[in-house]
Order: sequence, then structure tokens, then C-alpha cells
Amino acid sequence: MSHSAIEIWAIIAVLGAGTFLIRFSFLGLVGGRRMPNWLLRHLRYTPVAVLPGLVAPLVAWPSATGGDTDPVRLAAALATLAVAFWRKNVLWGALAGAATLGVLTWLL
Amino acid sequence: MSLTTGKSAFLEGFVAGMPFLLVIGPFAFLFGVVAVEAGLDVPQAVGMSVVVIAGSAQFTAVQLLSESAPAWVAMAAALAVNLRMAMYSAALQPHLGSAPLWQRVIVSYLNFDVSYALGISHFEERPERSTDQKVVYFLGTIALTAPLWVVGTLIGAAAGGALPDSALIDFAMPILFLAIVGPMLKTLAHLAAAVSSALAAMLLFWLPSGIGLLIAAAIAMAAGAEIERRRGR
Repeated sequence: MSHSAIEIWAIIAVLGAGTFLIRFSFLGLVGGRRMPNWLLRHLRYTPVAVLPGLVAPLVAWPSATGGDTDPVRLAAALATLAVAFWRKNVLWGALAGAATLGVLTWLL
Repeated sequence: MSLTTGKSAFLEGFVAGMPFLLVIGPFAFLFGVVAVEAGLDVPQAVGMSVVVIAGSAQFTAVQLLSESAPAWVAMAAALAVNLRMAMYSAALQPHLGSAPLWQRVIVSYLNFDVSYALGISHFEERPERSTDQKVVYFLGTIALTAPLWVVGTLIGAAAGGALPDSALIDFAMPILFLAIVGPMLKTLAHLAAAVSSALAAMLLFWLPSGIGLLIAAAIAMAAGAEIERRRGR
């Protein structure tokens, strides 16, 4: 990692303050005003717009293999996503992915 | 508010929040492990869990830092993940907006996916309850989860350095992110946002670390919102 300790602490402080302000926004700052619909419409998709983009390159080109696509990790990723979607449950999805990864790594 | 009704509202929230400990515990442990793996020290990992106290955003920041992305990129992506909480804040406002300022500060600090989801469904079922009772219920839902998030991070960070290198550790973060995304794919619009985010991020991966992700996120957000608008949700 290329960041100094002071930089890390600064990032933590900014993230903490920013996250708090987001959480405090309507409860504390703007009160009962209604959010415009177009804004609500965009906010609804923020997590699902960031996380897949973060994870897709990690799955397709894992750093542990030097960027080569790895069938075992790919299978584990698909198992995770499928079970998490099917059971609507984070924990089951993660367990399915970890189990797939563990079993296939051991077998191959 | 009488003491007994306050107590029972707290207990109700407390019981409703208990099943989530099973998720938050491992999640927190894993954050500690990957944070240390990414190069944070134990106080930094624990400090982040105390100060930011938002799982997905913390994982996002740590992942980008480990890729040596610029600090502003890590912060922008993590805050983008948390923008949904503005929506939570707006939804809680009609129920908790009349509480004293110090209570609203505490509720805001502890406004997680779990406490929000439990809180809002309870408030909509029991709108007749007093603001005091609602605040106390909300705090009950998170009374164990929040400390567990910090303690779990500490244990994970302390254990992290001692764990052997394995595929399970280096791939823990992708698995976790996918497990978080799975249940989010509730509508066609969510699915479209997720797919365009993944595709755009891969197409833009040649850009300096993390920048492609920010562009992909903006495209994906617009895609989700546009599909929702056309389908007239």
C-alpha cells in the first residue's frame, strides 16, 4: 500500500465525517422536506452501482494469480452470487462461496 | 415515557436485532482480517470501524487503498456506497424528527442497514407509538450489533496477521461483496445497474486505479434510475 499512516487516519476521519453527515442529513439538517423523486431514484441504486464494479475485475483478473482468470475463483464467485440472490441472505451466499472455493481448491 | 414501556420497547428492538449478530460477527471479523491484509494496522482497522461504522463502505475503501488508488478515489467510492443512507435518514425523519437533537445525533450515528430496516418496518406497523419509544426501539435493534462490529474488527485484525496465505483469504473480499450484492437485486432496474456497473468497470479497468470504478458507478446509477423511470415504478 502506498499510503502513509497520517493519510490513512485522514481518510478515516473524512469518511467518518462524511458518512455521519449523510446519515444526519434529513434527521438533523434539512428536517421534513421531501426529497425530489429524481434524487430518490438515483440514491436507490448507489450500492448496487458501486459494489459490482468494484468486485468484477477482482473476480475476472484475481491478483493472486497475477491477473489470469481462475476457474476455481470464478466458480466460487458465481456460487456466492447465485445463493445470495436465491436465499436473499448475505451469510448463506458467503458460506456457499467459501465452501465452493475450499472444496475446489482441495480437489484440484 | 414511563420506564416500563421504554424498557419493553428497547427489549423488543433488542430481540428483533439478535438474528443479525450471526451476520455482523463474521462480517466484522473479516473486515479486521482484510484491513490488516491491505496494510492498515490494528488501531487503524478498529478506528475505522468506530468512526465510519458502515460495513460495505469500509470494505470498499480498504480494497481501493490496497490497490494503491489515490485517497480521494477511495473516499469518493466509499461515500458513494453510503449515499443510500440519505434515503434512510429521510424515511426515518417523519418518525424520529421530533426527538431531541442529541438523540437524533445518536440515531444517525447508528443508522445501519439493519437498524433502519427493522426500525422503519416497526414504525410503520406501530405509528401510534411515542417518539421516545421509537427512539428506544431503534437503539435496541443495534445495541449488540454496533459493539460487535467494533469488537469483531479488533479480533479479526489481531488474528489477521497470524493467518496463513490462502485462496480463502485473498478471495474473501470478492465473495463478501457478491454476497452483499445478491440480495440487492430486487428489480430489473437493480439488476441493470449491477450489470452495467460490472461491465463498465471492466471496460474502464485500464484507467488509473479506481477512476474507472467511479465512472462505472455513475453510469450504473443512471441506468438503474432510467429503467425505474420508464417502467413507472
